[in-house]
Amino acid sequence: MAEVALAQPRDLPVGPLHRQGVGWWGAGTLIASEAALFAYLLFSYYYLGAVNPVGWLLEPAPDLSLALPNTALLLASSVFAWAGESGVLHRSRALALTGFGVAFVLGTIFAVIQVFEWKAKTYGLGTSSYASLYFVTTGFHMAHVVVGLLILAALFLWTVLDYFSPRRRVVVSAGVLYWHFVDAVWLFVFTTYYLTPYLGFGR
Amino acid sequence: MKAPDYRTPRVGIDSAEHQAKLYRIWETAPGVKGFFTTVDHKVIGIRYIVTAFIFLALGGMEALVMRMQLARPNMALLTPDQYNQLFSTHGMTMIFLYASPILSGFSNYLWPLLLGSRDMAFPRLNALSYWIYLASGLFLYAGFLTGNGPNDGWFNYVPNASRPFNPGLNEDFYALGMVFLGISVTVGAANFIVTAFRTRAPGMSINRLPIMVWGTLTASVANLIVVPAVSLAFFMLWMDRQFGTHFFDAAGGGQALLWQHLFWIFGHPWVYAIVLPAMGMVSDGLPVFCRRPLVGYSLVALSTVATMILGFGVWVHHMFATGLPGLGLAFFSGASIAITLPSAVAVFAWIATIWHGRPVITTAFLFFSSMILLFVIGGVSGFMTASVPVDWQLTDTYFVVAHLHYVLIGINVFPVVGATYFWFPKMSGKFLDEKLGRWNFWTMFIGFNVAFLPMHLTGLLGMPRRVYTYNDYPGWATLNLLTSVGAFIFAVGVLLFFVNVLKSLRVGAKASANPWDGPTLEWSVPSPPPAYNFAVIPTVASRHPLWESRLEEGGTVSSLDRGLLLDQGKETIATSALDAQPDMILEMPEDSYAPVVLTAGLSVLFVGLLLRNWIAVGVGAVIVAGGILAWLWPSRELREREPEVAHG
Repeated sequence: MAEVALAQPRDLPVGPLHRQGVGWWGAGTLIASEAALFAYLLFSYYYLGAVNPVGWLLEPAPDLSLALPNTALLLASSVFAWAGESGVLHRSRALALTGFGVAFVLGTIFAVIQVFEWKAKTYGLGTSSYASLYFVTTGFHMAHVVVGLLILAALFLWTVLDYFSPRRRVVVSAGVLYWHFVDAVWLFVFTTYYLTPYLGFGR
Repeated sequence: MKAPDYRTPRVGIDSAEHQAKLYRIWETAPGVKGFFTTVDHKVIGIRYIVTAFIFLALGGMEALVMRMQLARPNMALLTPDQYNQLFSTHGMTMIFLYASPILSGFSNYLWPLLLGSRDMAFPRLNALSYWIYLASGLFLYAGFLTGNGPNDGWFNYVPNASRPFNPGLNEDFYALGMVFLGISVTVGAANFIVTAFRTRAPGMSINRLPIMVWGTLTASVANLIVVPAVSLAFFMLWMDRQFGTHFFDAAGGGQALLWQHLFWIFGHPWVYAIVLPAMGMVSDGLPVFCRRPLVGYSLVALSTVATMILGFGVWVHHMFATGLPGLGLAFFSGASIAITLPSAVAVFAWIATIWHGRPVITTAFLFFSSMILLFVIGGVSGFMTASVPVDWQLTDTYFVVAHLHYVLIGINVFPVVGATYFWFPKMSGKFLDEKLGRWNFWTMFIGFNVAFLPMHLTGLLGMPRRVYTYNDYPGWATLNLLTSVGAFIFAVGVLLFFVNVLKSLRVGAKASANPWDGPTLEWSVPSPPPAYNFAVIPTVASRHPLWESRLEEGGTVSSLDRGLLLDQGKETIATSALDAQPDMILEMPEDSYAPVVLTAGLSVLFVGLLLRNWIAVGVGAVIVAGGILAWLWPSRELREREPEVAHG
């Protein structure tokens, strides 16, 4: 008789513990697909920038006075979201609530400043393909900010309700990962629209 | 509920008492409630299959009307506009609403059974994926039925599709419908990826996966990455049409070619996404009828992945005639020629499997083996158009139409019908009628080749595609009549298939658990399988758990009737991604209204966008947001929160 392979595992986690669990993988696939979406948006920018004659850039020297501090603000919100997660990890509700709360406030300020940034533009959605791309790309990002803010608000509420513990917190980790993604993808958008003109692209 | 964070799962043997307990845990509620809430992958899989076959029938009828119009020169059965809508809707239906969903259906039904699991990784997401597919299909067809079907081909090139040239609602239906459908494809792909990596039976390491799992996994990774390209393209088109943006119109600094790039960055990988899982069906089904394992398992698995990777870099071969720079054309031509190498690996593996096997000629075998021939014909004509100068001669002629039908019918429809003959006994507990099956096969096979083999010649004679009629040039009329006759014969064949399914469901011969003496796990459970699939989670020791005694590969053997009981709730096992070592007990969600509510919200939202009714858009958005929040609310049943006992 051949030997029978039989899995006899010992002590397995029941349901999602730490970052284990299919939900964590699911968040990863969602982010991969969203990242691809932004890659195609930026592909469209570089493609149209490359095939159009000089003058396509409506802002050859983009004004950084609002955009740069706003970018720093968004990155800071990621740090606070991380602090919130670490508050859950160390059973510190005060830290968790502060982290999620401040991240939410900073994210909201970012969104409001972005609206002012839009208002300050001398061109509109239909001015040219550059303008269309600018508003649609930053608009897509804004939609992701809004979703991220809803997630941060939910994490705040669920922390108030004491739903999480250092072990049972995959929802927190997934939500915070999404917020990091929203911030990281902004760096690509920001670099494309605000920095590459200074590097010479499209000028 | 007092439950610890860790548990040692009990190991035991199957018993009637154990099965009764699992049945109570896993059964779907009867009636309307169960209909709308079920998350059982088998129910969802069959819904996918039935819906996709209905779309196949609709698309087929559209094709027959076109073939009547094209049977003779200068016919006036259809107006040019009707013809435009018909050929565009035919393409949209077959490619988006049949070819991909049918494979999702089979994979949904089969995966957990092939993998030794009790459900997909995300059962509710699975239900959502189906409901959105159905809703977006109805949305797209609502356009067609109100005279607003797509009318610029399934590829939908601008500027034809832009507002100045196409002021009706046609393109808005198509654009929004495709964005809607994209959600279904994306969440479905995410589900397949996580399922493949996380919910296999212990011991089913990555080198023991059935090839069909490799095929669908590869296709899903591709879909996850490329579907956003087409969703974005259609969204931009809708913005151009409704809000005056300038993505695609040259006057505002846009580019018509941007559409083609975004569309084919998606479109070409998509072609592989709708054939690789079907090739996997053949790789798993054909060997059963050759009474031996597939020749070259590892090569076939690796070439599946390699085909897809190369497939990301060939999209420009759809754009050879658009005036792109020669260097770019050379690169994409080279890549398109190189892709024949991994594609051919499977062909040789199948031929070698038949050669070295002892073939049992069944209807399923006929469909699987004839697919090899059709694949070679479709592959060679594709290889021809990979060459730039040849493509310049052939592009926009019926040669390309012949090629793509050999690919899509040859490598999708034939394997799918074969797979139905093969797995129907598992799904229904009944055999399909073999005698009717022979009629079914030969009618389809002869009809298909009569219709599409001469079409290569039609194309070589220069007849342009996408035009509603043609003049009586020498040879064109005869060839077109032949194609029309063949199309009707083929349609009769498909009809015989549907007749066989309906008849056999009622009076088919009863099938046992393993009617074909197959080697893989799905044949170790009853036909049809119970709601919980596996009473005990098996442990797998080889690629062919049911053939181990005769293959005498030595070493350890799989354990099928003794394994993890997992009966403390709706549970299955999660395993590590490569070696499939058990690493977690998964708590599976109960049946839920959330997917159908979310789909209803999305439907309201998309109808609102179509009609530019912002109140409806707002209502839809609120339903969607509420649905998602309720869905994601941390649930004690799923152990997403600390069990009370573990506090302090």
